[in-house]
Amino acid sequence: MRLNYPANIKIIRVPCTGKVDVMHLLRAIQKGADGVYVVGCIEGTCHYNEGNLRAKERVNYVRMRLEEIGIEGDRVRMYNLSSGEGPTFAAYAKEMTENIRNLGPNPLKKARKAEQDRSD
Amino acid sequence: MIVAKRKPIEEIKKMLKGYKKVLNVGCGTCVAVCLAGGEKEVEVLNAQLDMARRLEEDPIEMGAFTCERQCDREYLGTLDEKVKQYEAILSMACGAGVQFIAERYPDKPVFPAVDTTFIGVNQGVGWYEERCRSCSSCVLGLTGGICPVTMCAKGLFNGPCGGTNKGMCEVSKDQPCAWHMIYERLKQQGRLDCIKELQPMTEWQNQVPRTVIQPGYRKPEKETEQQKA
Repeated sequence: MRLNYPANIKIIRVPCTGKVDVMHLLRAIQKGADGVYVVGCIEGTCHYNEGNLRAKERVNYVRMRLEEIGIEGDRVRMYNLSSGEGPTFAAYAKEMTENIRNLGPNPLKKARKAEQDRSD
Repeated sequence: MIVAKRKPIEEIKKMLKGYKKVLNVGCGTCVAVCLAGGEKEVEVLNAQLDMARRLEEDPIEMGAFTCERQCDREYLGTLDEKVKQYEAILSMACGAGVQFIAERYPDKPVFPAVDTTFIGVNQGVGWYEERCRSCSSCVLGLTGGICPVTMCAKGLFNGPCGGTNKGMCEVSKDQPCAWHMIYERLKQQGRLDCIKELQPMTEWQNQVPRTVIQPGYRKPEKETEQQKA
């Protein structure tokens, strides 16, 4: 298909989205990622029955924990598609990139820069 | 199991204001099972505090340690060396654990990160319900295994009040009447005569911290006295 999707996305492969832990998502933001999204199978088609449903709950939990400390929860999202839907994958990648562009860089980066400027 | 809820982040942040190096101590028993203060929750809270304080340009260094049980001296001892490196301690254990840490390290400020809520059962993943008030006078043998102290809004020991309404409690239509449930359970078992056995009032012993020493054991200080003699 030779589809294009934004090059700023780094893919981390997991055997099932049920493997994705709350800390994996939280650490990504903590270490400065502007956003992180989980792409799982369509709901109801999980090979392990509820891996993607667990991932959805964890994503919502992380969004809530980020909102609590003043970081936009929308930097973390969950998308669902089947493995045959290449064009949808590219479309979601573009949509997420757009979403993050609108939100701007991770606010922690600005805080880190201010800290560095002070120590210089 | 003891069930707890994590405190709101704002409350935790307020307690830690001014401290730069804090050790967050989780507990691997009850609060770990009820997903409030185990190893995972320590990690999540530390990540949140780290990010929140960086955003406020007032960074904090959070240490993490989860001991098996904060209410047991043997396990708390594993903290001794680590505690020295920190200004303050945040404990994710139940109120008993927090107090035991505060007692062991009297020179360090200790803060609770959870609100200890009740003794309860696990109804589903992340879903807990209260079942026991630890009143020290268990009557479950006479009440068909339903606790009137916990399940009745008034904690009545001897039969329902006038507020029982077709099986529900007057405080809420979603709250079943404990004494109605007790009656139904005893009827089902053919033990309705149990309901007639009157219970004396609970003693005021509930109002002071209680101590239990199981038969065959004694207080540690008595043991040392005996060794000296």
